[in-house]
Amino acid sequence: MALERFFRRRRTRGEGREVPSLWVRCPACEARVYKKDLEQNLGVCPECGYHNRIPVEDWVRLLADEGSFEVTTGKIAPVDPLGFVDTEPYPERLARYQQKTGRPDAIYGGRAAIGGVKSVLLAMDYAFAGGSMGSVVGEEIARGAELAAEENRALVIVAASGGARMQEGALSLMQMAKTTFALEKVFEKKLPYVSILTDPTTGGVTASFATLADVIFAEPGALIGFAGPRVIKQTIRQDLPEGFQRAEFLEAHGLVDRVVDRRQLKAHLVRVLRHLHPEERADGA
Amino acid sequence: MALEFERPLVELEERIRALEATAAKEGLDLSEEIALLKQKFDRLQTEIYENLTPWQRVQLARAPGRPTTLDVLEHAFEDFEELKGDRAFADDPAIVAGLARFRGLEVVVAGQQKGKNTKENIRRNFGMPHPEGYRKAMRMMDLADRTGRPFITFIDTPGAYPGVAAEERGQAWVIARSIQRMARLRVPAVAVILGEGGSGGALALGVGNRVLILENAWYSVISPESCAAILWRDAKEAEKAAAALKLTARDLLGLGVVDRVIPEPGGGAHRNPEGTIRAIADALEETLKELLPLGPEALFEDRYRRFRRLGAFSEAG
Repeated sequence: MALERFFRRRRTRGEGREVPSLWVRCPACEARVYKKDLEQNLGVCPECGYHNRIPVEDWVRLLADEGSFEVTTGKIAPVDPLGFVDTEPYPERLARYQQKTGRPDAIYGGRAAIGGVKSVLLAMDYAFAGGSMGSVVGEEIARGAELAAEENRALVIVAASGGARMQEGALSLMQMAKTTFALEKVFEKKLPYVSILTDPTTGGVTASFATLADVIFAEPGALIGFAGPRVIKQTIRQDLPEGFQRAEFLEAHGLVDRVVDRRQLKAHLVRVLRHLHPEERADGA
Repeated sequence: MALEFERPLVELEERIRALEATAAKEGLDLSEEIALLKQKFDRLQTEIYENLTPWQRVQLARAPGRPTTLDVLEHAFEDFEELKGDRAFADDPAIVAGLARFRGLEVVVAGQQKGKNTKENIRRNFGMPHPEGYRKAMRMMDLADRTGRPFITFIDTPGAYPGVAAEERGQAWVIARSIQRMARLRVPAVAVILGEGGSGGALALGVGNRVLILENAWYSVISPESCAAILWRDAKEAEKAAAALKLTARDLLGLGVVDRVIPEPGGGAHRNPEGTIRAIADALEETLKELLPLGPEALFEDRYRRFRRLGAFSEAG
């Protein structure tokens, strides 16, 4: 037993040095997971079920029917309306995120079929400035909603966001109203809107389009709320209850329709879209 | 209590008062000296108030004595009848709402309410609403729509309350719903920012066809203190954050976030609440006159267009 542990520890250290990219450590259960296994498991830890964040392209692959996706985002780029400088100028921050993600801003999506249901699928990119919503994210959500309305498509949004983008000031705040108005076009046409809340979804995104969906799915363990836990802790000067603001807590409080494991998510989504879309039938697609 | 930058004015004011007292007591004619000092006071006041920094305006927006929602309802409206409760959970004293008449016009009103003293502030949670407050406001929006009355809101909140109970009862959900409900109004909707316009908790009552703001009020995606704590990792850098956020009335007018700035009397709203309330009422009346001829769908379209175009970006290749 002791010897076994000794070997395991040595092996851990050795491999960690030589081939660091093949293995990852689960942030929840600390198990060492073979990276390929994790990817095949859609970013869900095979040991404990922890849902890792996955890139937006993976969200599209996961939800869109094969070969159906046609990107529509990326035609607009952020500017610096306030001339915002904190510890660095906003344009430099943006350039860094653009280089890192290969995207103009924190959103990616387009036309897709989901279980055969014509949809507009949008995914927020947490890797870009924490998925924060500035003018570009707001405009892309609005255009996505309008596209869905024009082409009789369902609207599906995968949310991941720390909230509104501070560097665009009140204009970021206004995106909450703008996106809400654009959703009216979807609702007027009686088209379904499904929101998938992933870790984390907080602030101005939760307090606008993300929670206005007909059906809200949440990923297991995802942090979802208005204020961040740090702010709440500072306000009340007490420790927060166990599981506070996690998806399961929100389901128990009646705020989301259901917590769904990522590995079953597409099946649930397809069922809902087929029930709600006025024109699409479950035609075996 | 005077703010730091108001001190020279307060001192001058005291000197004038002392001189007037001396003149009265000793029977002296000091009118020339007093007139000179008053001129100096006016010059200095103009100079100070024309050159306020954004951070100084934030302080003015929070100054005790500034007109609150109830002050405006009491002095510029008639027969205000407060209606309470969300018909589901509780009444939230951080938002007041009800029926009133404004210059002959029946209206429905709602607004955040701060306290005038510590005790009242605790009761009203410093104007930071819980979900039930927004649900009460939404009930008023229903009422405005059903009765065809204009809906008028007054905004004065550091933000929606960030607490455990508020989160449990869906603070984010209810703010989103309130934005949506106000967006859907088929009656004229006007929002007036009186003091603090703190983020989503302010916007929940801010989806007006027109948004008016007092000269020294602020409206922002985040408070300067919280912004500083996140971006500078030090809440004491709030002064820098206040400047960076472009949260003043003039800046917001330039960005198209507000439609009209209501000038405050010399020395700020807290030094002359009556004059401020008159200015609010006059601006509100003019704004309502523009909106009243519009029909229900035109009002919705007008509001849709107003918010749909907000934002700044470039069309890339």
